[in-house]
Amino acid sequence: MPDTLLTVEHLRKVYEASTGDVEAIGDISFTMAAGELVCIVGPSGCGKTTLLKCIAGLLRPTSGSIELRGHAVTGPPPNMALVFQEYGRSLYPWLTVRGNVELPLKHKKLSRDERDRLIDDALTAVGLDHAGKAYPWQLSGGMQQRVAIARAVAYQPEVLIMDEPFAAVDAQTRADLEDLVRALHRDRGMSILFVTHDIDESVYLGERVIVLSKSPTWVQEDLTIDLAPERDQITTRAQPRFTELRTHVYEQIQRAKRGEALRPTA
Amino acid sequence: MTLYTSTVVTPRRRSRVWAKFGESTAFALGLPILLLVIWGVWATLAPEKFFPSPIEIAQAFVQTWIGPAFVSDVLPSLARLAVGIILSIVIGIGAGLVIGLTRWLRELLEPVFEFFRAVPPPVLIPIVAALLGSNDVMKVVVIVAGAVWPVLLNTIEGVRATDSVMTETARSFALTRGERLRHLVLPSASPRIMAGVRQCLSIALILMVISEMFYSSAGLGFRIVYFQRNYLIADMWSGIVLLGLIGILLAVIFGFVERRVLRWYHGIKEVEHA
Repeated sequence: MPDTLLTVEHLRKVYEASTGDVEAIGDISFTMAAGELVCIVGPSGCGKTTLLKCIAGLLRPTSGSIELRGHAVTGPPPNMALVFQEYGRSLYPWLTVRGNVELPLKHKKLSRDERDRLIDDALTAVGLDHAGKAYPWQLSGGMQQRVAIARAVAYQPEVLIMDEPFAAVDAQTRADLEDLVRALHRDRGMSILFVTHDIDESVYLGERVIVLSKSPTWVQEDLTIDLAPERDQITTRAQPRFTELRTHVYEQIQRAKRGEALRPTA
Repeated sequence: MTLYTSTVVTPRRRSRVWAKFGESTAFALGLPILLLVIWGVWATLAPEKFFPSPIEIAQAFVQTWIGPAFVSDVLPSLARLAVGIILSIVIGIGAGLVIGLTRWLRELLEPVFEFFRAVPPPVLIPIVAALLGSNDVMKVVVIVAGAVWPVLLNTIEGVRATDSVMTETARSFALTRGERLRHLVLPSASPRIMAGVRQCLSIALILMVISEMFYSSAGLGFRIVYFQRNYLIADMWSGIVLLGLIGILLAVIFGFVERRVLRWYHGIKEVEHA
């Protein structure tokens, strides 16, 4: 029996607009065990961000429930951290790198030493231990996103949620950051829920890939990625099994776009 | 015997730095000095009662303001100005934060604010004097009534413009209300707030003078009007020069504070324009 961390049950979200209601999420259910790295992938405009905001407690679902460690999520839970796609707008430009990582720790009742240790540890984990005194806007995009990841790591969340975090960085930086996420998961046993529109990325990173349908969204497929836990940008991506999996996910997304997959009857 | 005297290399870098410094100083002071010279020559060639020469004004300046008048007129004026500015900034930022963060309050108050801002503050002097009498409180109230608006309205705008992703970040990390105010809302609104403070300073200086021109028996504004009514023209001009110097002093202090508070903001601008 796996240790259940996150449960999403019959989640539905309808946006009320003057021109009529828009059903963004139809019916999503899935669970995530502690220590898992789960990728969520779906066609563009399928409500991935809406789903994340509901899980993060930033948006109230129309119906259905979300539980984290058995507690219903009604507001942002203290044991969860978020990494946004727009690193430039999620880091505070008036604080240094160190100040940004420190900010969420301020109301956690920690001693000065303990807090410093967490910050140093997080900055080292993302390879920015030399840049603590710099300001985020002095860094490249990829480094800024590392700061955002360090901030989430120092917060010591039970689950780390990442919303298309690498969509705005170049391909080489992206590969480095993907390996950083794998390393955090492998070395620190972090539970990570990773949302992306990139099929290759989802297969390379995930132990499980949840494929979403087009909007109104439901879970079209919940796929286990049976690749070895040690992954490498060159050898893993060259494996026949990797190609099979990515082709499979790709076909699923194409079906989702065409609306061929049938909505499960609840 | 010194054989190699001619091979001594002059430190060019340093001389260039000094040249640069001299150049910028010449640029900054060149025009004022030129104007003073023209004025001085003009005043000697064609003496004119209402435009005394700069030397006469300088003499009047020393005689009038360096001495007891500094304590009886200048210091009280500066004190009222300082209190007026500090109150305007504190009230403006405090009320601006509350109003900027409360939607219904904002919608309720904004049309009224537009009206009050449009009213020229000096017209309030007779009313405030009638209500409070002619005293320090009246003068400070007049300064605040005019100078608070740019700070208040800019703070409201700045608070409203807080980035949505930054706000969501703060919420997701469960920052408390106070932490969000101190570490997110205030710093993010600070460029707008500082723009408001800059306007506030010049309005406050104007109102300090005007508030002393009516119902008053001391202060810079009173003195200038007094000199003018008694045909003490050089003394009157020296008062105007003193006001100009106070204005420059305010600008220097503001520039110093602004560079510290908005260092990050100017840094981003520099990176963007690089």
